[in-house]
Amino acid sequence: MKAVKALRTPGGLSLRIDSRAAGAVLLLAAAAAAVAVVLIGSGDFPMSFGDVVGTLLGNGTAAQEFIVQDVRLPRVLVALLVGASLALSGAVFQSLARNPLGSPDVIGFSQGSTVGALTVIVLFGGGSLAVAGGAVAGGLVTGIAVYTLAWKRGVQGFRLVLVGIGVAAVLTALIHFLITKANLVDATRATLWMTGSLDGRDWAQVWPLAGMCAVLMPLVFAHGRPLRMLEMGDDAAYALGVPVERTRVVLMGSGVLFIAGATAAAGPIAFVALSAPQLARRLTRSPGPNLASAAVMGAALLLFADWIATNAFGDRMLPVGVVTAVLGGGYLLWLLVTERRAGRI
Amino acid sequence: MLVDSPPKRSAEPISAPATPKRYALRAAGLLVSCGVLLLICVASIAVGAKSVPLADVWGGLFHNTGTGNDVIIRDVRLPRTLLGFVVGAALGVAGAVMQALTRNPLAEPGLLGVSAGASAAVVSAGSFLGVTSLTGYVWFAFLGAAVVSAAVYVLGGSRGATPVRLALAGTAATAVLYGYINAVQLLDAAALDRLRFWTVGSLASADMETIGKIVPFVAVGLVLSMLLARPLNAMQMGDDTARSLGAHLTRTRILSMIAITLLCGAATAACGPIVFIGLMIPHVVRAATGPDMRWILPYAAVLSPVLLLGADVVGRVVTRPSELQVGIVTALIGGPAFIHLVRRRRLAQL
Repeated sequence: MKAVKALRTPGGLSLRIDSRAAGAVLLLAAAAAAVAVVLIGSGDFPMSFGDVVGTLLGNGTAAQEFIVQDVRLPRVLVALLVGASLALSGAVFQSLARNPLGSPDVIGFSQGSTVGALTVIVLFGGGSLAVAGGAVAGGLVTGIAVYTLAWKRGVQGFRLVLVGIGVAAVLTALIHFLITKANLVDATRATLWMTGSLDGRDWAQVWPLAGMCAVLMPLVFAHGRPLRMLEMGDDAAYALGVPVERTRVVLMGSGVLFIAGATAAAGPIAFVALSAPQLARRLTRSPGPNLASAAVMGAALLLFADWIATNAFGDRMLPVGVVTAVLGGGYLLWLLVTERRAGRI
Repeated sequence: MLVDSPPKRSAEPISAPATPKRYALRAAGLLVSCGVLLLICVASIAVGAKSVPLADVWGGLFHNTGTGNDVIIRDVRLPRTLLGFVVGAALGVAGAVMQALTRNPLAEPGLLGVSAGASAAVVSAGSFLGVTSLTGYVWFAFLGAAVVSAAVYVLGGSRGATPVRLALAGTAATAVLYGYINAVQLLDAAALDRLRFWTVGSLASADMETIGKIVPFVAVGLVLSMLLARPLNAMQMGDDTARSLGAHLTRTRILSMIAITLLCGAATAACGPIVFIGLMIPHVVRAATGPDMRWILPYAAVLSPVLLLGADVVGRVVTRPSELQVGIVTALIGGPAFIHLVRRRRLAQL
């Protein structure tokens, strides 16, 4: 049974709360926090669960303080923020496209960011800040290009997706081109960046990401309701008083910035944007984009994948992008089978 | 041989009552296309890091005297051109058959992941089983292509499947398969080195031995496709109409799948995944000939090599003295063509 309650204040404000969704968000947040603590505690200098929590609260030794504050905490925070950003971007685009497969890693935005970053690496040999800037610029340009190309008296979800697929193909060719043009040093650097990794991330990556999330998350959450209306079709949404194109531009812009920012910080990490919103939706069992639970799910997923990547293969550490690709691939196959049966793909 | 057969069948009852003038026009168009193909072949032999004068092209082909140009033509340019011809024809015809079979204007072996399936199978064979010869891994390419094209057909043949759903499923499957390929190559540096250029899609490593090995498969696939032209014509009108017109639905589907598998598997085994050839050409052809598969297939077999070889020549010229893999060039041309198609057409059920 569905338990939806309304909180009412004496002043006449009311807030609708889906208790299952709220429970899911809390549960996932707790799981993410637990994995984060385990992740901070594992490595060449292992720390117990209690030590990590103690150090985070400021009661650790100097060595523990250094390990946690300067090395492992930033990495975990980057994973959290990247996971949440990817998932939100995925939730927004899947909802706009009205198709679980219409996520930004399928329709070209990740590739756009990658081309931007590779251009900086290969043609200009820029530093990490310039690479991040290139990734954001590439993602934005791709977003604008896809939207413009899909425009024909308004943008419909399906055309957006198909144009995105076409653009993604061209961008993939450009990626190959840039890699074949590069000299060996740049090519190695580019390949490393392209696998999507959290190795060596520090506070310099955390702050820009945190700033982006602080601005964009409220904006996206505020548009959660119109987004839900849009899922019913443009005409229905319009009739219900949603400014269709404006909402779509705002949401698409935020979605592109989310994925571009995440890609700039950690490289193109596959399939989190695709799977997190879908998993969240299945957990909460509520319709609509499920923005909050998707974001927490994304963060938890990426942390978990990073834990697998760093610990599951003994001495050998894989980049997190490989793990998400394999996990996401399996999930995608399952999705294709079940959604086809339900007639939604 | 393949080119001549359609006009002969023209009087048969299933065809539209076309006038002799229209047939003459279509046949003339096919002849012109063959002429263009010949020109592109000559260009492909003459143009490259070292340009060869046209007179030497003729000499090198027919009077081998062992000069530098003769060696270039015989050992490098001729195999490359022939491979482009074979692979182009295979991919174009496979695309046309696929579009007719799924009744989906966006069906294409590269786009729907069939080529990626073949690649993934080849990479696995190379990395886990130590299969490194073309004769060995062509079978794995067939296996991969067969599995993915069956999956595509299951997805695309279901009643609710729209072009956009099929394209999305294909793109997603391609993404997974490439993720897998990357993971295998990351863990096995030797495989990465061997297959680094193969996975981009290139004609550069062509030799006569490779061509000799894939030609039989492609030939069987092409002949099978041509034989299927009439039932495919019927299938395009929907299952019920096709059945009432006397087409064997199951037989046609199975034979079409076999043809697609042979064509895509052989093409991918020889030069890696090349996308968009099978998408663009059938659409261009259909605009000129109408929906009759008996014309579309021969035209596609002639014009797809024109596009592929043209892309290869462009790739050799634009970044001279190094060259651009043909798979990159076809994607750069094909992506915009795909977008144009999506914008222009009112795709069924979209």
